[in-house]
Amino acid sequence: MKILVFVENNNGKATKAGLEAVSYAKSLASDVTALMIGSVDDDGGVGECGATSLKVQAGDCDSKAIANIIAQEARDGAYSIIVASQDNLGKEVMPRVAVMNQCSLISGVTALAKTEGGVVVQRNVFSGKALAEVSSSSTATILTVLPNSFGVKKVGGTANVSTLNISNADSKVKLIEVKGNHAEAGIPLPEADLVVSAGRGMKGPENWGPVEELASILGAATACSRPVSDIGWRPHHEHVGQTGIAIRPNLYIAIGISGAIQHLAGVNGSKVIVVINKDPEAPFFKAADYGIVGDAFEVLPKLIDAAKTFNANK
Amino acid sequence: MKILVCVSKVPDTTAKIAFSNPTTYDESGVTFIINPYDEWYALVRALEIKESIGGTVVVASVGGADYEPIIRKALAIGADEGVRIDAPENDSFSVATEIATYAKAQSFDLILCGKETIQYNGGVVPGFIAEMLDLPYVAGASKLEVNGTAVKLEREIATGIEVFESTLPMVVSAAKGMAEQRIPNMRGIMAARTKPLATVPSCGASANTSVLQFNMPPAKSGCKMIAPEDAASLIQLLHEEAKVI
Repeated sequence: MKILVFVENNNGKATKAGLEAVSYAKSLASDVTALMIGSVDDDGGVGECGATSLKVQAGDCDSKAIANIIAQEARDGAYSIIVASQDNLGKEVMPRVAVMNQCSLISGVTALAKTEGGVVVQRNVFSGKALAEVSSSSTATILTVLPNSFGVKKVGGTANVSTLNISNADSKVKLIEVKGNHAEAGIPLPEADLVVSAGRGMKGPENWGPVEELASILGAATACSRPVSDIGWRPHHEHVGQTGIAIRPNLYIAIGISGAIQHLAGVNGSKVIVVINKDPEAPFFKAADYGIVGDAFEVLPKLIDAAKTFNANK
Repeated sequence: MKILVCVSKVPDTTAKIAFSNPTTYDESGVTFIINPYDEWYALVRALEIKESIGGTVVVASVGGADYEPIIRKALAIGADEGVRIDAPENDSFSVATEIATYAKAQSFDLILCGKETIQYNGGVVPGFIAEMLDLPYVAGASKLEVNGTAVKLEREIATGIEVFESTLPMVVSAAKGMAEQRIPNMRGIMAARTKPLATVPSCGASANTSVLQFNMPPAKSGCKMIAPEDAASLIQLLHEEAKVI
Protein backbone atom coordinates (compact mmCIF):
# COMPACT_ATOMS: atom_id res chain seq x y z
CA MET A 1 0.00 0.00 0.00
CA LYS A 2 1.36 3.42 -1.02
CA ILE A 3 0.52 6.55 0.94
CA LEU A 4 0.98 10.18 -0.13
CA VAL A 5 1.26 12.81 2.63
CA PHE A 6 0.79 16.53 2.03
CA VAL A 7 3.15 18.36 4.39
CA GLU A 8 2.94 22.09 5.00
CA ASN A 9 6.20 24.01 4.56
CA ASN A 10 7.37 26.54 7.15
CA ASN A 11 10.53 28.29 5.90
CA GLY A 12 12.02 25.16 4.34
CA LYS A 13 10.99 22.73 7.05
CA ALA A 14 7.92 20.58 7.63
CA THR A 15 5.47 21.96 10.20
CA LYS A 16 4.85 19.93 13.36
CA ALA A 17 1.35 19.09 12.08
CA GLY A 18 2.90 17.98 8.78
CA LEU A 19 5.36 15.68 10.55
CA GLU A 20 2.49 14.26 12.60
CA ALA A 21 0.73 13.40 9.32
CA VAL A 22 3.92 11.66 8.09
CA SER A 23 4.18 9.68 11.36
CA TYR A 24 0.52 8.70 10.99
CA ALA A 25 1.10 7.46 7.44
CA LYS A 26 4.24 5.55 8.47
CA SER A 27 2.22 3.67 11.09
CA LEU A 28 -0.15 2.52 8.32
CA ALA A 29 2.35 1.53 5.63
CA SER A 30 6.07 1.43 4.90
CA ASP A 31 5.90 3.14 1.49
CA VAL A 32 5.31 6.79 2.39
CA THR A 33 5.82 9.67 -0.06
CA ALA A 34 5.70 13.24 1.24
CA LEU A 35 4.78 16.22 -0.93
CA MET A 36 5.80 19.79 -0.11
CA ILE A 37 5.40 23.12 -1.89
CA GLY A 38 8.02 25.86 -2.15
CA SER A 39 11.70 25.76 -1.27
CA VAL A 40 12.67 22.91 1.11
CA ASP A 41 15.93 22.45 3.08
CA ASP A 42 17.24 18.91 2.36
CA ASP A 43 14.26 16.62 2.99
CA GLY A 44 12.48 19.14 5.23
CA GLY A 45 12.64 16.68 8.15
CA VAL A 46 10.11 14.23 6.68
CA GLY A 47 12.67 11.38 6.33
CA GLU A 48 13.26 11.30 10.05
CA CYS A 49 9.53 10.57 10.54
CA GLY A 50 9.58 7.75 8.01
CA ALA A 51 8.90 9.22 4.56
CA THR A 52 10.91 7.27 1.99
CA SER A 53 10.63 9.94 -0.67
CA LEU A 54 9.80 13.62 -0.89
CA LYS A 55 8.39 15.34 -3.95
CA VAL A 56 8.77 19.11 -4.07
CA GLN A 57 7.03 21.60 -6.32
CA ALA A 58 8.66 25.04 -6.28
CA GLY A 59 6.78 28.33 -6.18
CA ASP A 60 3.90 29.94 -4.28
CA CYS A 61 0.55 28.21 -4.60
CA ASP A 62 -2.95 28.83 -3.28
CA SER A 63 -5.13 25.95 -2.08
CA LYS A 64 -6.53 25.34 -5.57
CA ALA A 65 -3.05 25.00 -7.07
CA ILE A 66 -1.82 22.76 -4.23
CA ALA A 67 -4.89 20.55 -4.66
CA ASN A 68 -4.20 20.31 -8.38
CA ILE A 69 -0.59 19.22 -7.71
CA ILE A 70 -1.69 16.56 -5.21
CA ALA A 71 -4.49 15.34 -7.48
CA GLN A 72 -2.10 15.03 -10.44
CA GLU A 73 0.47 13.16 -8.36
CA ALA A 74 -2.22 10.80 -7.01
CA ARG A 75 -4.13 10.30 -10.26
CA ASP A 76 -5.11 6.85 -11.54
CA GLY A 77 -5.03 5.39 -8.06
CA ALA A 78 -1.26 5.89 -7.63
CA TYR A 79 -1.82 6.01 -3.86
CA SER A 80 -4.48 4.14 -1.87
CA ILE A 81 -4.47 6.73 0.92
CA ILE A 82 -3.65 10.44 1.02
CA VAL A 83 -2.94 11.96 4.44
CA ALA A 84 -2.80 15.61 5.54
CA SER A 85 -3.28 17.60 8.73
CA GLN A 86 -6.77 18.90 9.59
CA ASP A 87 -5.45 22.46 9.88
CA ASN A 88 -6.56 25.52 7.88
CA LEU A 89 -4.57 24.57 4.79
CA GLY A 90 -5.65 20.92 5.01
CA LYS A 91 -9.30 22.05 5.19
CA GLU A 92 -8.82 24.20 2.08
CA VAL A 93 -6.84 21.73 0.00
CA MET A 94 -8.13 18.22 0.71
CA PRO A 95 -11.84 18.67 -0.15
CA ARG A 96 -10.68 19.98 -3.54
CA VAL A 97 -8.46 16.92 -4.06
CA ALA A 98 -11.39 14.67 -3.13
CA VAL A 99 -13.60 16.31 -5.77
CA MET A 100 -10.85 16.35 -8.43
CA ASN A 101 -9.95 12.67 -8.02
CA GLN A 102 -13.41 11.41 -6.98
CA CYS A 103 -12.15 9.91 -3.75
CA SER A 104 -13.76 10.11 -0.34
CA LEU A 105 -12.51 12.30 2.50
CA ILE A 106 -12.70 11.51 6.20
CA SER A 107 -11.64 14.63 8.10
CA GLY A 108 -10.26 15.09 11.59
CA VAL A 109 -9.37 11.45 12.32
CA THR A 110 -8.04 10.70 15.82
CA ALA A 111 -6.81 7.11 15.58
CA LEU A 112 -5.05 4.84 13.12
CA ALA A 113 -7.23 3.60 10.27
CA LYS A 114 -8.01 -0.04 9.62
CA THR A 115 -7.16 -0.51 5.98
CA GLU A 116 -7.97 -4.16 5.20
CA GLY A 117 -11.08 -4.52 3.06
CA GLY A 118 -11.81 -0.77 2.95
CA VAL A 119 -10.82 2.09 5.21
CA VAL A 120 -12.48 2.39 8.64
CA VAL A 121 -11.30 5.07 11.04
CA GLN A 122 -12.30 6.83 14.25
CA ARG A 123 -12.98 10.55 14.45
CA ASN A 124 -14.35 12.94 17.07
CA VAL A 125 -17.97 14.03 16.79
CA PHE A 126 -20.15 16.28 18.98
CA SER A 127 -17.06 18.40 19.76
CA GLY A 128 -15.23 15.48 21.33
CA LYS A 129 -18.20 14.35 23.45
CA ALA A 130 -18.50 11.19 21.32
CA LEU A 131 -16.53 9.20 18.76
CA ALA A 132 -17.63 7.79 15.42
CA GLU A 133 -16.24 4.92 13.38
CA VAL A 134 -16.48 6.03 9.76
CA SER A 135 -15.98 3.97 6.62
CA SER A 136 -15.07 5.06 3.11
CA SER A 137 -16.67 3.59 0.00
CA SER A 138 -14.17 4.75 -2.64
CA THR A 139 -11.01 2.97 -3.80
CA ALA A 140 -8.75 5.84 -2.67
CA THR A 141 -9.40 7.67 0.60
CA ILE A 142 -8.14 10.96 1.99
CA LEU A 143 -7.63 11.18 5.76
CA THR A 144 -6.93 14.43 7.60
CA VAL A 145 -5.44 14.01 11.07
CA LEU A 146 -6.69 16.16 13.96
CA PRO A 147 -3.57 18.01 15.22
CA ASN A 148 -1.99 16.56 18.40
CA SER A 149 -4.06 13.38 18.28
CA PHE A 150 -1.26 11.13 17.11
CA GLY A 151 2.03 12.88 17.82
CA VAL A 152 5.31 13.12 15.92
CA LYS A 153 7.26 9.83 16.01
CA LYS A 154 10.85 9.94 14.83
CA VAL A 155 12.04 6.67 13.31
CA GLY A 156 15.23 7.94 11.64
CA GLY A 157 16.10 8.05 7.96
CA THR A 158 16.25 10.38 5.00
CA ALA A 159 13.85 10.78 2.11
CA ASN A 160 14.91 10.74 -1.55
CA VAL A 161 14.08 14.19 -2.86
CA SER A 162 12.75 14.74 -6.38
CA THR A 163 11.02 17.70 -8.00
CA LEU A 164 7.58 18.01 -9.53
CA ASN A 165 6.76 20.42 -12.32
CA ILE A 166 2.99 20.59 -12.58
CA SER A 167 1.55 23.66 -14.30
CA ASN A 168 -1.09 25.68 -12.49
CA ALA A 169 -3.44 28.54 -13.17
CA ASP A 170 -2.71 31.84 -11.42
CA SER A 171 -3.58 31.92 -7.72
CA LYS A 172 -6.91 33.54 -6.94
CA VAL A 173 -6.24 33.80 -3.20
CA LYS A 174 -3.11 35.72 -2.24
CA LEU A 175 -1.52 35.83 1.21
CA ILE A 176 -0.38 39.43 1.40
CA GLU A 177 1.00 39.64 4.93
CA VAL A 178 1.22 37.98 8.34
CA LYS A 179 0.55 40.57 11.04
CA GLY A 180 1.83 40.52 14.58
CA ASN A 181 3.36 37.60 16.30
CA HIS A 182 1.41 36.05 19.16
CA ALA A 183 4.16 33.51 19.66
CA GLU A 184 6.92 36.00 20.41
CA ALA A 185 6.27 35.65 24.12
CA GLY A 186 5.72 31.91 24.20
CA ILE A 187 4.70 28.67 22.55
CA PRO A 188 1.88 28.59 19.94
CA LEU A 189 -1.16 27.20 21.74
CA PRO A 190 -2.36 24.63 19.17
CA GLU A 191 1.11 23.03 19.06
CA ALA A 192 1.81 23.08 22.79
CA ASP A 193 2.29 19.80 24.66
CA LEU A 194 1.68 21.50 28.01
CA VAL A 195 -0.89 24.24 28.64
CA VAL A 196 -1.59 26.33 31.75
CA SER A 197 -5.00 27.97 31.55
CA ALA A 198 -6.92 30.28 33.86
CA GLY A 199 -10.38 31.77 34.16
CA ARG A 200 -12.51 34.21 36.08
CA GLY A 201 -11.28 32.78 39.37
CA MET A 202 -8.13 34.88 38.86
CA LYS A 203 -10.29 37.97 39.64
CA GLY A 204 -8.47 40.36 37.30
CA PRO A 205 -5.90 40.63 34.50
CA GLU A 206 -3.32 42.01 36.95
CA ASN A 207 -3.23 38.63 38.70
CA TRP A 208 -1.95 36.61 35.71
CA GLY A 209 1.72 36.85 36.79
CA PRO A 210 1.82 33.50 38.65
CA VAL A 211 -0.09 31.76 35.78
CA GLU A 212 2.50 32.97 33.28
CA GLU A 213 5.34 32.13 35.64
CA LEU A 214 4.16 28.53 36.13
CA ALA A 215 3.72 28.17 32.35
CA SER A 216 7.17 29.51 31.67
CA ILE A 217 8.85 27.17 34.21
CA LEU A 218 7.04 24.14 32.79
CA GLY A 219 7.65 25.23 29.18
CA ALA A 220 3.89 25.47 28.69
CA ALA A 221 1.66 27.74 26.62
CA THR A 222 -0.95 29.93 28.34
CA ALA A 223 -4.68 29.78 27.61
CA CYS A 224 -7.92 31.12 29.09
CA SER A 225 -11.68 30.58 29.26
CA ARG A 226 -14.21 32.46 27.16
CA PRO A 227 -15.45 34.97 29.78
CA VAL A 228 -11.89 36.08 30.39
CA SER A 229 -11.21 36.76 26.69
CA ASP A 230 -14.66 38.35 26.23
CA ILE A 231 -14.04 40.92 28.98
CA GLY A 232 -10.58 41.61 27.61
CA TRP A 233 -8.44 40.28 30.47
CA ARG A 234 -6.64 38.05 27.98
CA PRO A 235 -6.29 38.13 24.15
CA HIS A 236 -8.83 36.23 22.01
CA HIS A 237 -6.25 33.85 20.57
CA GLU A 238 -5.84 32.34 24.06
CA HIS A 239 -9.53 31.39 24.30
CA VAL A 240 -9.99 27.62 24.28
CA GLY A 241 -13.44 26.07 24.08
CA GLN A 242 -16.19 25.19 21.70
CA THR A 243 -16.18 28.58 19.98
CA GLY A 244 -12.51 29.35 20.49
CA ILE A 245 -9.82 26.88 19.61
CA ALA A 246 -9.81 23.19 20.46
CA ILE A 247 -6.55 21.83 21.84
CA ARG A 248 -5.26 18.36 22.68
CA PRO A 249 -2.13 18.81 24.81
CA ASN A 250 -0.54 16.13 26.98
CA LEU A 251 -1.23 18.22 30.07
CA TYR A 252 -3.91 20.86 30.63
CA ILE A 253 -3.85 22.72 33.96
CA ALA A 254 -7.06 24.72 34.54
CA ILE A 255 -6.96 27.33 37.29
CA GLY A 256 -10.13 29.09 38.42
CA ILE A 257 -12.19 27.68 35.51
CA SER A 258 -15.49 26.04 36.52
CA GLY A 259 -15.61 23.76 33.47
CA ALA A 260 -18.75 24.72 31.53
CA ILE A 261 -19.59 22.14 28.88
CA GLN A 262 -18.56 24.57 26.11
CA HIS A 263 -15.11 24.92 27.68
CA LEU A 264 -14.74 21.15 28.09
CA ALA A 265 -15.51 20.67 24.39
CA GLY A 266 -12.31 22.53 23.57
CA VAL A 267 -10.04 20.64 25.96
CA ASN A 268 -11.52 17.16 26.39
CA GLY A 269 -8.89 15.72 24.04
CA SER A 270 -6.15 16.56 26.60
CA LYS A 271 -4.38 13.46 27.89
CA VAL A 272 -4.11 14.63 31.52
CA ILE A 273 -6.27 17.37 33.06
CA VAL A 274 -5.48 19.11 36.36
CA VAL A 275 -8.17 21.30 37.91
CA ILE A 276 -7.49 23.87 40.61
CA ASN A 277 -10.65 25.53 41.92
CA LYS A 278 -11.82 26.75 45.30
CA ASP A 279 -15.34 25.43 44.61
CA PRO A 280 -15.43 21.66 45.29
CA GLU A 281 -18.65 21.47 43.24
CA ALA A 282 -17.02 22.87 40.07
CA PRO A 283 -18.10 20.55 37.22
CA PHE A 284 -14.56 20.51 35.84
CA PHE A 285 -13.47 18.08 38.60
CA LYS A 286 -15.61 15.38 36.91
CA ALA A 287 -13.44 15.64 33.79
CA ALA A 288 -10.15 15.94 35.70
CA ASP A 289 -7.39 13.44 36.44
CA TYR A 290 -5.97 15.47 39.33
CA GLY A 291 -7.80 18.05 41.39
CA ILE A 292 -6.93 20.55 44.09
CA VAL A 293 -9.74 22.32 45.96
CA GLY A 294 -8.11 25.54 47.07
CA ASP A 295 -7.46 29.19 46.50
CA ALA A 296 -5.40 29.75 43.34
CA PHE A 297 -3.41 32.49 45.06
CA GLU A 298 -2.25 30.03 47.73
CA VAL A 299 -1.83 26.96 45.48
CA LEU A 300 0.05 28.64 42.61
CA PRO A 301 3.11 29.75 44.63
CA LYS A 302 3.48 26.17 45.94
CA LEU A 303 3.31 24.78 42.40
CA ILE A 304 5.79 27.37 41.13
CA ASP A 305 8.30 26.47 43.88
CA ALA A 306 7.85 22.74 43.27
CA ALA A 307 8.24 23.18 39.50
CA LYS A 308 11.45 25.19 40.03
CA THR A 309 12.85 22.45 42.27
CA PHE A 310 11.79 19.81 39.74
CA ASN A 311 13.58 21.67 36.93
CA ALA A 312 16.71 22.10 39.03
CA ASN A 313 16.90 18.33 39.72
CA LYS A 314 16.07 17.24 36.17
CA MET B 1 -24.75 41.57 -3.92
CA LYS B 2 -26.30 38.12 -3.58
CA ILE B 3 -25.08 36.17 -0.57
CA LEU B 4 -25.77 32.53 0.28
CA VAL B 5 -25.37 31.46 3.90
CA CYS B 6 -25.36 27.70 4.52
CA VAL B 7 -26.82 26.76 7.91
CA SER B 8 -26.94 23.46 9.70
CA LYS B 9 -29.17 22.19 12.51
CA VAL B 10 -27.25 20.92 15.57
CA PRO B 11 -28.08 19.92 19.15
CA ASP B 12 -27.85 22.79 21.67
CA THR B 13 -24.32 23.14 23.09
CA THR B 14 -25.52 21.85 26.47
CA ALA B 15 -27.53 18.90 25.06
CA LYS B 16 -26.82 15.46 26.43
CA ILE B 17 -25.06 13.20 23.96
CA ALA B 18 -26.48 9.65 23.85
CA PHE B 19 -27.28 7.10 21.15
CA SER B 20 -30.50 5.13 20.83
CA ASN B 21 -28.73 2.54 18.68
CA PRO B 22 -25.13 2.32 17.41
CA THR B 23 -25.72 4.68 14.48
CA THR B 24 -28.52 6.95 15.75
CA TYR B 25 -28.21 10.02 17.94
CA ASP B 26 -30.90 10.02 20.63
CA GLU B 27 -32.87 13.23 19.98
CA SER B 28 -35.36 12.79 22.81
CA GLY B 29 -35.58 15.95 24.88
CA VAL B 30 -32.91 17.68 22.79
CA THR B 31 -33.33 21.30 21.68
CA PHE B 32 -31.90 22.03 18.24
CA ILE B 33 -30.23 25.30 17.28
CA ILE B 34 -28.54 26.82 14.25
CA ASN B 35 -24.90 25.73 14.27
CA PRO B 36 -23.21 28.61 16.19
CA TYR B 37 -20.47 29.21 13.59
CA ASP B 38 -23.15 29.47 10.88
CA GLU B 39 -25.40 31.78 12.91
CA TRP B 40 -23.11 34.02 14.97
CA TYR B 41 -20.43 34.58 12.38
CA ALA B 42 -21.46 33.64 8.80
CA LEU B 43 -25.08 34.85 8.91
CA VAL B 44 -24.46 38.01 10.92
CA ARG B 45 -21.51 39.04 8.71
CA ALA B 46 -23.66 38.45 5.61
CA LEU B 47 -26.34 40.75 7.09
CA GLU B 48 -23.74 43.41 7.92
CA ILE B 49 -22.44 43.36 4.34
CA LYS B 50 -25.99 43.62 2.99
CA GLU B 51 -26.74 46.51 5.35
CA SER B 52 -23.67 48.41 4.20
CA ILE B 53 -23.78 47.83 0.42
CA GLY B 54 -27.26 46.39 -0.27
CA GLY B 55 -28.25 43.01 -1.64
CA THR B 56 -30.02 39.81 -0.70
CA VAL B 57 -29.16 37.20 1.92
CA VAL B 58 -30.44 33.68 1.22
CA VAL B 59 -30.07 30.95 3.86
CA ALA B 60 -29.97 27.37 2.65
CA SER B 61 -30.08 24.08 4.53
CA VAL B 62 -30.03 20.46 3.50
CA GLY B 63 -32.51 18.40 5.51
CA GLY B 64 -36.06 17.32 6.22
CA ALA B 65 -39.11 19.34 7.34
CA ASP B 66 -37.68 19.41 10.89
CA TYR B 67 -35.21 21.98 9.52
CA GLU B 68 -37.86 24.64 8.97
CA PRO B 69 -37.77 26.17 12.50
CA ILE B 70 -34.00 26.60 12.06
CA ILE B 71 -34.45 28.39 8.73
CA ARG B 72 -37.27 30.57 10.22
CA LYS B 73 -34.91 31.59 13.02
CA ALA B 74 -32.32 32.67 10.43
CA LEU B 75 -35.06 34.70 8.70
CA ALA B 76 -35.98 36.26 12.07
CA ILE B 77 -32.37 37.31 12.56
CA GLY B 78 -32.59 39.09 9.21
CA ALA B 79 -32.07 36.83 6.19
CA ASP B 80 -34.37 37.65 3.26
CA GLU B 81 -35.16 34.21 1.88
CA GLY B 82 -34.91 30.62 3.09
CA VAL B 83 -34.30 27.53 1.03
CA ARG B 84 -34.61 23.96 2.26
CA ILE B 85 -33.06 21.39 -0.02
CA ASP B 86 -35.16 18.33 0.67
CA ALA B 87 -32.45 15.68 1.03
CA PRO B 88 -31.08 13.60 3.89
CA GLU B 89 -27.81 14.78 5.48
CA ASN B 90 -25.93 11.61 4.64
CA ASP B 91 -22.38 12.92 4.79
CA SER B 92 -20.37 16.10 4.12
CA PHE B 93 -19.91 15.20 0.47
CA SER B 94 -23.60 14.64 -0.25
CA VAL B 95 -24.62 17.82 1.62
CA ALA B 96 -22.03 19.85 -0.32
CA THR B 97 -23.18 18.32 -3.62
CA GLU B 98 -26.79 19.32 -2.87
CA ILE B 99 -25.80 22.90 -2.00
CA ALA B 100 -23.43 23.27 -4.97
CA THR B 101 -26.07 21.96 -7.37
CA TYR B 102 -28.62 24.48 -6.03
CA ALA B 103 -26.10 27.38 -5.94
CA LYS B 104 -24.76 26.76 -9.46
CA ALA B 105 -27.98 28.01 -11.07
CA GLN B 106 -28.26 31.03 -8.75
CA SER B 107 -24.92 32.80 -9.33
CA PHE B 108 -24.23 33.97 -5.78
CA ASP B 109 -21.47 36.53 -5.31
CA LEU B 110 -20.48 35.18 -1.92
CA ILE B 111 -21.11 31.83 -0.21
CA LEU B 112 -20.60 31.90 3.55
CA CYS B 113 -20.50 28.87 5.89
CA GLY B 114 -19.45 28.33 9.50
CA LYS B 115 -15.98 26.80 9.85
CA GLU B 116 -17.48 23.47 11.03
CA THR B 117 -20.59 22.13 12.75
CA ILE B 118 -20.42 21.42 16.46
CA GLN B 119 -22.09 18.07 15.70
CA TYR B 120 -19.93 16.40 13.05
CA ASN B 121 -16.91 18.76 13.28
CA GLY B 122 -15.97 17.91 9.70
CA GLY B 123 -15.14 21.39 8.42
CA VAL B 124 -15.02 20.25 4.78
CA VAL B 125 -18.42 21.17 3.28
CA PRO B 126 -17.30 24.70 2.22
CA GLY B 127 -14.14 23.27 0.58
CA PHE B 128 -16.21 20.76 -1.38
CA ILE B 129 -18.60 23.51 -2.50
CA ALA B 130 -15.68 25.73 -3.57
CA GLU B 131 -14.21 22.99 -5.76
CA MET B 132 -17.56 21.89 -7.20
CA LEU B 133 -18.24 25.50 -8.26
CA ASP B 134 -14.57 26.22 -9.11
CA LEU B 135 -14.41 29.22 -6.74
CA PRO B 136 -11.65 30.63 -4.54
CA TYR B 137 -11.98 29.66 -0.85
CA VAL B 138 -10.55 30.76 2.49
CA ALA B 139 -11.19 28.56 5.55
CA GLY B 140 -11.69 29.83 9.09
CA ALA B 141 -11.64 33.58 8.37
CA SER B 142 -11.97 35.93 11.34
CA LYS B 143 -12.52 39.07 9.24
CA LEU B 144 -14.15 39.66 5.86
CA GLU B 145 -14.34 42.98 4.00
CA VAL B 146 -15.91 43.36 0.54
CA ASN B 147 -15.10 46.31 -1.72
CA GLY B 148 -16.62 45.96 -5.19
CA THR B 149 -15.43 42.53 -6.26
CA ALA B 150 -12.26 42.74 -4.14
CA VAL B 151 -12.26 40.76 -0.89
CA LYS B 152 -9.90 41.18 2.03
CA LEU B 153 -9.80 38.48 4.68
CA GLU B 154 -7.97 37.83 7.91
CA ARG B 155 -7.38 34.55 9.68
CA GLU B 156 -6.06 34.07 13.20
CA ILE B 157 -3.27 31.52 13.36
CA ALA B 158 -1.09 30.43 16.25
CA THR B 159 1.65 32.88 15.40
CA GLY B 160 -0.33 35.95 14.28
CA ILE B 161 -2.91 37.04 11.73
CA GLU B 162 -2.76 36.09 8.06
CA VAL B 163 -4.16 38.66 5.60
CA PHE B 164 -5.51 37.42 2.26
CA GLU B 165 -6.85 39.10 -0.85
CA SER B 166 -9.18 37.47 -3.34
CA THR B 167 -12.07 38.32 -5.64
CA LEU B 168 -15.78 37.58 -5.81
CA PRO B 169 -17.42 35.22 -6.38
CA MET B 170 -15.87 33.12 -3.61
CA VAL B 171 -16.53 30.79 -0.67
CA VAL B 172 -15.54 31.74 2.90
CA SER B 173 -15.88 29.75 6.12
CA ALA B 174 -16.30 31.85 9.23
CA ALA B 175 -14.58 31.58 12.63
CA LYS B 176 -14.80 33.61 15.83
CA GLY B 177 -14.14 37.30 15.34
CA MET B 178 -16.01 37.76 12.05
CA ALA B 179 -19.16 39.15 13.72
CA GLU B 180 -21.09 39.24 16.99
CA GLN B 181 -24.19 37.18 17.74
CA ARG B 182 -27.54 38.94 17.13
CA ILE B 183 -30.67 38.10 19.09
CA PRO B 184 -33.81 38.25 16.91
CA ASN B 185 -36.29 40.92 18.06
CA MET B 186 -40.10 40.68 17.97
CA ARG B 187 -40.32 42.59 14.69
CA GLY B 188 -37.86 40.14 13.10
CA ILE B 189 -39.76 37.14 14.41
CA MET B 190 -43.06 38.52 13.05
CA ALA B 191 -41.49 39.39 9.68
CA ALA B 192 -39.96 35.92 9.40
CA ARG B 193 -43.42 34.34 9.26
CA THR B 194 -44.15 35.90 5.88
CA LYS B 195 -40.68 35.70 4.32
CA PRO B 196 -40.33 33.13 1.52
CA LEU B 197 -39.15 29.66 2.51
CA ALA B 198 -38.84 27.51 -0.60
CA THR B 199 -38.38 23.75 -0.74
CA VAL B 200 -36.01 22.60 -3.47
CA PRO B 201 -35.96 18.94 -4.55
CA SER B 202 -32.84 16.87 -3.92
CA CYS B 203 -30.44 16.32 -6.81
CA GLY B 204 -30.01 12.80 -5.48
CA ALA B 205 -26.42 13.27 -4.29
CA SER B 206 -24.83 10.12 -2.93
CA ALA B 207 -22.57 9.83 0.08
CA ASN B 208 -19.12 8.26 -0.06
CA THR B 209 -18.57 7.83 3.68
CA SER B 210 -20.82 6.37 6.36
CA VAL B 211 -20.87 6.17 10.14
CA LEU B 212 -20.67 2.51 11.18
CA GLN B 213 -20.98 3.17 14.88
CA PHE B 214 -21.00 5.94 17.47
CA ASN B 215 -19.14 5.39 20.74
CA MET B 216 -18.81 7.34 23.96
CA PRO B 217 -15.23 8.33 24.84
CA PRO B 218 -13.61 6.13 27.51
CA ALA B 219 -14.67 7.38 30.95
CA LYS B 220 -12.10 9.06 33.17
CA SER B 221 -10.97 6.70 35.91
CA GLY B 222 -11.76 9.37 38.50
CA CYS B 223 -10.13 12.47 39.80
CA LYS B 224 -7.27 12.09 42.27
CA MET B 225 -7.68 14.84 44.87
CA ILE B 226 -4.67 16.55 46.39
CA ALA B 227 -4.93 18.69 49.52
CA PRO B 228 -4.06 22.33 48.83
CA GLU B 229 -1.23 22.28 51.38
CA ASP B 230 0.31 19.33 49.47
CA ALA B 231 0.04 21.15 46.11
CA ALA B 232 3.78 20.66 45.56
CA SER B 233 3.25 16.89 45.31
CA LEU B 234 1.27 17.46 42.10
CA ILE B 235 4.48 18.18 40.19
CA GLN B 236 5.95 14.80 41.28
CA LEU B 237 2.70 12.99 40.36
CA LEU B 238 2.69 14.60 36.92
CA HIS B 239 6.25 13.41 36.41
CA GLU B 240 6.21 9.94 37.98
CA GLU B 241 2.63 8.78 37.62
CA ALA B 242 1.09 10.68 34.68
CA LYS B 243 4.49 11.00 32.92
CA VAL B 244 3.54 14.22 31.19
CA ILE B 245 6.40 16.41 32.45
